Amino acid sequence: MKILIPTPLRQYADKKEAIEVSGATVGEALSNLTSRYSDLKKHLYNDEGKLRAFVNVYLNDEDIRYLNKEQTAVKDGDTLAIVPSIAGGIL
Amino acid sequence: MLRLSQSDYDQLRRHGEETYPHECCGVLLGQATDSSREVRAVVRAGNTRLDSLHNRYNIDPGELVRIQRQARERNLDIVGFYHSHPDHPARWSSTDFAEAHWIGCSYVITSVEKGKAAITNSFVLAGSMEEDKKFEDEQIEVVRGA
Repeated sequence: MKILIPTPLRQYADKKEAIEVSGATVGEALSNLTSRYSDLKKHLYNDEGKLRAFVNVYLNDEDIRYLNKEQTAVKDGDTLAIVPSIAGGIL
Repeated sequence: MLRLSQSDYDQLRRHGEETYPHECCGVLLGQATDSSREVRAVVRAGNTRLDSLHNRYNIDPGELVRIQRQARERNLDIVGFYHSHPDHPARWSSTDFAEAHWIGCSYVITSVEKGKAAITNSFVLAGSMEEDKKFEDEQIEVVRGA
């Protein structure tokens, strides 16, 4: 399966926009990604080992928070997208 | 440096006028080097902060996934975002800063005063990670005739 790397994090993944990884779940796939590119880990995870609140992970077109989070099963041909939040405002 | 065509510049400003008195938001697609970003397309996005449209914006990450997919088909990257400040200066707020996470990307803000786009400023989110990020003023170069 493929993991799409957002612009800000490509410098930590050999400047690639997409990385092929294996894994049976979202968690395994992300773990394989950060094993291969260890500098990515601190950008994706907090000190407690949880995904940072502003890091959204989509399996194809679905937010994994509404599936089975990192236990969500994945299969060949799936695409994971790492999408940092974008928000703001006057106040 | 953020470089964009007159047409794209006008488009992102016009979006703020159309959504006034609410904040508009959108995505800038293009290509980036280490020191500059060149916009090739401006893509409007929905503001999901229906509870506070006049002073908050949020782009649904799912919409961003779709925009990113379309960008890849056009061999473009996400190089920044834009939003408007209705009757408020075109400078980043503490909320803008707290909610900014796309390091290396441009954040364009347009002040819309009484329904008319006034000043447009751009800020690049500098730093190496969330803990040392900072906004830096960024020059906008509008390419006329492009």
